Amino acid sequence: MSVTKPLPHDAAPLHVSGSARYVDDIPTPKGTLHLAFGLSPIAKGTITAMDLSAVKAAPGVVRVMTVQDLPFANDVSPSIHDEPLLSDGTVHYIGQPVFLVVATSHLAARKAVRLGKIDYAEETPILTVEEALAADSRFEDGPRIYAKGDADAAIESAAHVIDGTFEIGGQEHFYLEGQAALAVPNEGGDMLVHSSTQHPTEIQHKVADALGVPMHAIRVETRRMGGGFGGKESQGNALAVACAVAARATGKACKMRYDRDDDMIITGKRHAFRISYRAGFDEQGHIQGVSFLQYAICGWAQDLSLPVADRAMLHSDNAYLLPNARIESHRLKTNTQSATAYRGFGGPQGMVAIERVMDHAAHELRLDPVELRRRNYYEPAHKVAEVQPHEKPLGHPDPHEDLTSRGAVETGTAPVRPLPAGGNTTPYGMEVSDFELHGMTEALMKSSDYAARKAAIAKWNAENSVIKKGIAFSPVKFGISFTLTHLNQAGALVHVYQDGSVHLNHGGTEMGQGLFQKVAQVAASRFGIPLEMVKITATDTAKVPNTSATAASSGSDLNGMAVKAACDTIRDRMADYLAERHQADPSAVTFTDGHVSVGEERYTFAEAAALAYQGRISLSATGFYKTPKIEWDRIAGRGRPFYYFAYGASVTEVAVDTLTGENRILRTDILHDAGASLNPALDVGQVEGGYVQGAGWLTTEELVWDGKGNLRTHAPSTYKIPACSDRPDIFNVALWDGENREDTIYRSKAVGEPPFMLGISAWLALSNAVAACGDTYPALNAPATAEEVWRGVQRMKGGI
Amino acid sequence: MKKFHVTTTVNGDAVEYLCDPRETLLDCLRDKLNLTGAKEGCGTGDCGACSVTVDGRLVCSCLMLGVEAEGKQIETVEGIADGDILHPLQKKMIEYAALQCGICTPGILVAAKSLLEKNPNPTEEETRYWLAGNLCRCTGYDKIIRAVMDTAAEMREAS
Ligand code: FES
Ligand code: FES
Repeated sequence: MSVTKPLPHDAAPLHVSGSARYVDDIPTPKGTLHLAFGLSPIAKGTITAMDLSAVKAAPGVVRVMTVQDLPFANDVSPSIHDEPLLSDGTVHYIGQPVFLVVATSHLAARKAVRLGKIDYAEETPILTVEEALAADSRFEDGPRIYAKGDADAAIESAAHVIDGTFEIGGQEHFYLEGQAALAVPNEGGDMLVHSSTQHPTEIQHKVADALGVPMHAIRVETRRMGGGFGGKESQGNALAVACAVAARATGKACKMRYDRDDDMIITGKRHAFRISYRAGFDEQGHIQGVSFLQYAICGWAQDLSLPVADRAMLHSDNAYLLPNARIESHRLKTNTQSATAYRGFGGPQGMVAIERVMDHAAHELRLDPVELRRRNYYEPAHKVAEVQPHEKPLGHPDPHEDLTSRGAVETGTAPVRPLPAGGNTTPYGMEVSDFELHGMTEALMKSSDYAARKAAIAKWNAENSVIKKGIAFSPVKFGISFTLTHLNQAGALVHVYQDGSVHLNHGGTEMGQGLFQKVAQVAASRFGIPLEMVKITATDTAKVPNTSATAASSGSDLNGMAVKAACDTIRDRMADYLAERHQADPSAVTFTDGHVSVGEERYTFAEAAALAYQGRISLSATGFYKTPKIEWDRIAGRGRPFYYFAYGASVTEVAVDTLTGENRILRTDILHDAGASLNPALDVGQVEGGYVQGAGWLTTEELVWDGKGNLRTHAPSTYKIPACSDRPDIFNVALWDGENREDTIYRSKAVGEPPFMLGISAWLALSNAVAACGDTYPALNAPATAEEVWRGVQRMKGGI
Repeated sequence: MKKFHVTTTVNGDAVEYLCDPRETLLDCLRDKLNLTGAKEGCGTGDCGACSVTVDGRLVCSCLMLGVEAEGKQIETVEGIADGDILHPLQKKMIEYAALQCGICTPGILVAAKSLLEKNPNPTEEETRYWLAGNLCRCTGYDKIIRAVMDTAAEMREAS
């Protein structure tokens, strides 16, 4: 069987020889034109005059386009049509595309955009939480509130009460391949679009609307991305649409790629949050009640902010059974880049807050933070009975919504399940029936030698005044499924050729996570053939239509199942035919080791395919899958939004120079639950990469806007992602040996996003090291940059 | 603007191209010679995705002008394998699954090869600091370092 094998990435041989093609590497037709946007230099205002004559006269410029040159939809929003491709006369953030230059070279286009002369009537931008609240500038009419029990009363009557407010910074995706698209006009007004996108169907939809043609006139192809992380779920729309309208206008192929600065200035990032908390505990550290107030800074357009903010609420419990909880979430509209999807999709921000509460409480009660966490865990899986799914009536979709996007609003209301009184339920009423963390924590405590190292660190800290060490543990429980229920579907297309070779296509996109390889392993296993016989092909809207974004970690769960369904259809047809030929029962036909056996007869898979072809058997099939059991009412905050949970746990040790705040990760131990892993090599890669990216978010990666709304950190020179030298000195990563309790593809679990949040232990370890400088709680903000750590040390020394 | 005629050697082959004096070596390699293995990750010398060697020295090709390549020996990722035979570093990168999206991989290979040519026996710390100029957003670097260290050990044994 090909599944469960630790095979490298399918395109690895191409990557190491430099021949793997990304959008910018695709050979372009002769005369291809290159695009660049002219950007708004102010954060809020209206355009009063625009003189683009110098732009038009610049060398190499073929055409300059403004909103007047867009005959159809001027819209690149994935949700409520509030994001024009080119400014409609108003501007809402520094970096908003105002006009589009089409030129003979990338450089010529980039130089020309600088020559635009535009006058603006400037208005005061809204940049901060305070300003947004004062102006009541928000998405949705008011805050969303999810609640369980009576949090306020429980906190009031608790023996210990803690509270605090802290900031969580956003995060730049820094996919190493910037956004890119190439549109090639075909005959009859059709358009082929190559896009570095996680969501080809949405690109197809947006391009069709912009050109005023049906979706069938647009074909979008995506072979691979050089990293996505959520940043290519909706942020590629603008480039693809720009290329398509320019290609339509000029009749030439058009290509656009953002330079790194433009990419960082134009595109959305992870949502920054401010979170206030209040929590009550008993003497043993059992949480009685917790209340969160979340402010999400969403930027200027809605994009995917509602489901992101929802998911932050949905992860405010993390691994803990909260008897009473209240989560209030405000989605603030500001004059900054439109915050968007980013690995974890709000989950990390919600999780950081509850981990902060646990850390703070352990400090307050002088309890071991691991022990306090374990006391508050959900009940283990074996103690909990299965919950039955509820049928969900269909709502009436609004035809004006982009239904394929996570920014769409779920219509229709799920039946409300009464809250199980005090059951093993989340604050949104979902029974947790697959909890793995008791065993995982126990195992990690041993493998990481936590207790002994904690004692050694205490000793070190008692003996050393300048370099302080810290150690921290953090668990992850992450919900798997799109919270917009209808997105949990996928399609596949499989052909078997008469020589037995297999052509595989599905709706998922490859951004480095190894999805294509995993799904190909599924196909090879179903047919019992070697992996080399399966050809992995680019995602293509003409092959598999109406796909969801490759997001929410759902790629292999959904597409693996869809491919399995398609393969099984073909396999069953072949089995039926061969059984009939040999007067055998179809169930006696087996597909293993590259052979098909029926009774005494043994054919190679190629022979069997040829026979079936001659027998006039269709060797092509589509497959479809939809996730079962899920139902969710996002307004009431009730239901089962997730099919299952993925778990992980990590221990990080750091050292801090208390004179400068400089710090290092000395050692990290991780145990992660990928179910019965489809491919341990790829899954461990996701875990390592996720942890480092998560730790980067909470330590070195700081986004800074100035008072005018200018993003000051728009290049790797000012925005610090982890480098090779920042990786933990000792890095032990293992997969938890288990299998999904739900019936997923080969009982595996999604692994794209969950490990990101293992990085929280790095942030907590820094807090632990700073705590060694005094008696109070360090109350660090995130990211805990060297400056923030230094400030924390100063606060501790000042006794505040 | 007047174009300049440049004659240079890339991966052992004599090549020539015409370029605007403002064009980078990276753009010349990619757009004029169709060698798209070197990538632009930043354009400012901070990410290493565009790494090549020039007369044996590791450089960011986004920071060097195409005209400066005149008379030089340029090596790119496309020249690392010997025909179909992969260099040990390439094999180890595959074996260790040391890449995900793969867009940093060409630069990392060029940089790592240049390290091993200078220092066949680097410590892990030397390797990490040598590669600190090559950003990778996907892998977390662990497998990359292991792949390079293991290649170094294997190449020492073989020589
Ligand atoms: S592109 Fe040259 S260093 Fe980043
Ligand atoms: S593998 Fe994606 S940047 Fe390194």
